[in-house]
Amino acid sequence: MTSTVAITVNGRACQRNVEPRLLLVHFLRDAGLTGTKIGCDTSQCGSCTVLMDGIAIKSCTTLAVQADGSQITTIEGLADGGTLNALQEAFWSTHGLQCGFCTPGMVFAAHEILRTHPNPSPEEIRHGLEGNMCRCTGYQNIVRAVQAAAVDPRTAQAGGQR
Amino acid sequence: MTTTATSSRVFGSGIRRREDPRLLTGTARYTADIVLPGMAYAAILRSPYGHARIRRIDTSRATSAPGVVAVYTGADVTSGLQPIPCAWLLPNANLKIAPYRALATDVVRYVGDAVAVVVAETEYAAYDALELIDVDYEPLAATIDPQKAAASGAPQLHPEAPGNIAFHWTVAGGDIDAAFSSADVTVTDRIIQQRLIPTAMEPRGAVAQFTPATGELTLWNTTQNPHIVRFIMSVVTAVPEDRLRVIAPEVGGGFGSKIAQVQGDFVTAFCSMRLGRPVKWIETRSENYQATTHGRDHVQEVELAATKDGRILGLRCKVWAGMGAYLSTAAPGIPTILHGLMLSGPYNVPAVKEDVYGVYTNTTPVEAYRGAGRPEATFMLERMVDLLADKLNIDPVEIRRRNLIAPFTDGHNVVTGLTYDSGNYQAALDKALAHIGYPELRAEQSKARQSGRYIGIGVVTYVEICGLGPSQVAGAVGFQGGLWESAIVRFHPTGKVHVFIGASPHGQGEETTFAQVVADELGVSVNDVKIVHGDTDNTPMGWGTYGSRTTAVGGAALAVATRKIKDKAKLLASHLLEAAVEDMDYADGKFFVKGSPDKHKTIQDIALMAHVAWNMPKGMEAGLEASSFYDPPNFTYPFGAHIAVVEVAPDTGHVELKRYVAVDDCGPQINPVIVEGQVHGGVVQGVGQALWEEAVYNDSGQLLTGSLSDYAIPRADLLPDITVLSTVTPSPHHPLGVKGIGEAGTIASTCAVYNAVIDALEPFKVGSIRMPMTPERVWRAIKGASA
Repeated sequence: MTSTVAITVNGRACQRNVEPRLLLVHFLRDAGLTGTKIGCDTSQCGSCTVLMDGIAIKSCTTLAVQADGSQITTIEGLADGGTLNALQEAFWSTHGLQCGFCTPGMVFAAHEILRTHPNPSPEEIRHGLEGNMCRCTGYQNIVRAVQAAAVDPRTAQAGGQR
Repeated sequence: MTTTATSSRVFGSGIRRREDPRLLTGTARYTADIVLPGMAYAAILRSPYGHARIRRIDTSRATSAPGVVAVYTGADVTSGLQPIPCAWLLPNANLKIAPYRALATDVVRYVGDAVAVVVAETEYAAYDALELIDVDYEPLAATIDPQKAAASGAPQLHPEAPGNIAFHWTVAGGDIDAAFSSADVTVTDRIIQQRLIPTAMEPRGAVAQFTPATGELTLWNTTQNPHIVRFIMSVVTAVPEDRLRVIAPEVGGGFGSKIAQVQGDFVTAFCSMRLGRPVKWIETRSENYQATTHGRDHVQEVELAATKDGRILGLRCKVWAGMGAYLSTAAPGIPTILHGLMLSGPYNVPAVKEDVYGVYTNTTPVEAYRGAGRPEATFMLERMVDLLADKLNIDPVEIRRRNLIAPFTDGHNVVTGLTYDSGNYQAALDKALAHIGYPELRAEQSKARQSGRYIGIGVVTYVEICGLGPSQVAGAVGFQGGLWESAIVRFHPTGKVHVFIGASPHGQGEETTFAQVVADELGVSVNDVKIVHGDTDNTPMGWGTYGSRTTAVGGAALAVATRKIKDKAKLLASHLLEAAVEDMDYADGKFFVKGSPDKHKTIQDIALMAHVAWNMPKGMEAGLEASSFYDPPNFTYPFGAHIAVVEVAPDTGHVELKRYVAVDDCGPQINPVIVEGQVHGGVVQGVGQALWEEAVYNDSGQLLTGSLSDYAIPRADLLPDITVLSTVTPSPHHPLGVKGIGEAGTIASTCAVYNAVIDALEPFKVGSIRMPMTPERVWRAIKGASA
């Protein structure tokens, strides 16, 4: 049994027949968008975080059929050609990543923090990151990255569409 | 950025990492991201029992399931795969190595032991078919705790290892009996270094592509050491090394868990070889927790002897080190060489004696985990020093001052036989104390207690052994390999530089820091230097990235190779400038005749002339390239002092880490921003051991913390900012003076936090608390002590 889903991924229409049990993260990775990572099987680590209609979700706990008709943004959809967006730039300049595996999910967790708290306190940032795990950085420079992105003029201009 | 360059030198500058743009845009390729034409997917059936005999395996339903290509069991792979070797053959320790098969044949010995593999056209089909394999097990009694497993009457794992003893190793120095007989005081403790799960965010996996027509096997692997993988894979599969190519693509952290090859790596290669098509295996996180190596797992019984004024006379201990069900690649060396030789730490300790029993238990094999033996040694010593301070009513800082080795710059022999390279332990401690405001903090603690608040201060001074290491020493202690590193530095005609290294960074940032070293040595732009690593077909042999050795050993190879290039370029420059080589100077990438700076050739000019070779000195070969296989004359010994401040809520047992200052001395820093990041991550992993993390098995061998919902790695909201400071004491024997920083934070922080919690509870006279110090354990300790 399969169902047809039509999902707009990074602005491009993507239509496929899928098994109802197919996870969104597998849908994305099967489409060649391997930037979205799988770090656990219990929805703890957050490496698979993407945006669905502008809101951060864990794509390992979302079925592809649940995403039917939605707009998904993955890590591949953020940079403008060779120009990183404000969040990516902030992670780079604060050394907010080491092995990089959690990073795509962290970037979207950071996006969600700034969407809901445009001027977050360090406590709000740390609270907002609790659903995403990193084993390399100790989180400190990820907190700095979110702070740096919050004051980037491009963040303010982009509003909810950063 | 918090750290900015203080000079124009690129060495020492906190430049941004060149690795990051690909990682930030989703274009980096990890093993799981690799897709090959015709690729099939493997899923591995693992034992649900800690110890059981396999009576029968029925794979018929799985074999005929939709999409299934093949199903293999232990009986199938035994003829094709040799047992997985242990590569640290500890001498004089009565080492007993039990055979470790890629798929179990008759007995399974831990939950996660591989039993069968399904290869299917899709990942979903492979996992569906796993459920159709019927295994008839006869459960056997299991043994989990290493001390209990070594006792008489314990269930036995291997006929090769009576009493479950994998080895018994000892280290002794000085007169330990005299130390204890002349002591004014002794303190003792029984310390549980609980079992931990490394939890690199990327689980393990492999993609194997065997080409039957040529007999060539290519393996993409989540590894810290692709050259060792090639070596061992060749031994196990019998594919000759020249037909084996191992690629470590982007690797998502390791922390020791990607040193050894695990069953799945060999099973994946076997499937590809048998089927003649590419096969991918990527473990799930739960599978990772059962099947990829664990760390620590010591039971330590420790005694310390001292004078009444707090001078240490001797340290005596017995350690039961859980090895898991089989000996992993480097496992025997970790609780022994990397642990026992560091027993005296940064102190003057006249005598030590340690017995280490490596014990087989029905658990996942234990390997290196960040720090690997040194955190267990540092914890043991720093805990005993605090107990001594408490017993003598001497401040923990003062007691450390009375015992620290005086500053030295070129060698200090310690009781275990090692020669530390350089150290200034007092300076690091002073800096940490000054930053934290130690006297004020003690006053604040005292005041807080009056209002029923319990603040604790934990101080740790440490020294670690890094930069592994002289190959002669490796051989003497039974390591079945060398421990040098290699580099090839190659100029191109246009003056750009390629550097090929044998080590294999996986998040540490050496593509950036090594380019900084080469650019600094050669006087070229850092942007003109590219570092290549991770592919055995295009890099020179190297022993890998672990033990804080990549910069300490590989960085030296880089410096030596680069200096060889400069030597050759200087000869060519003198020839082209028609000047005597003694009259040549080199600065900022230019060779010039002394006193006539306008008469010069840039290194790029020389690179071009070396390649076109129109006018070479007699006997000089074309090209501008050099290599080095650098074997260090000694280990490096980074050190430091860490202070943790906690507050404990006595009603709930909750521990809050409030402040943390780390002073680490890794010698000159190539990139201080990267050093700071290494310390952040290291400290937090050590805090995790103190407060949250433990791999828990029940008596029958079930892993109760088998997923990320049960095993508690640190989260952002549980941590304060960490202050990272440094002192700089160069290693006298290293071409760049650098020592290594990857593990420092983890080595110091567990005991700093532990000592702080015990200090906070001083009014309750709590002696010790088993780690992790969860609220329940802390609360029970308070209630038990005050009852």
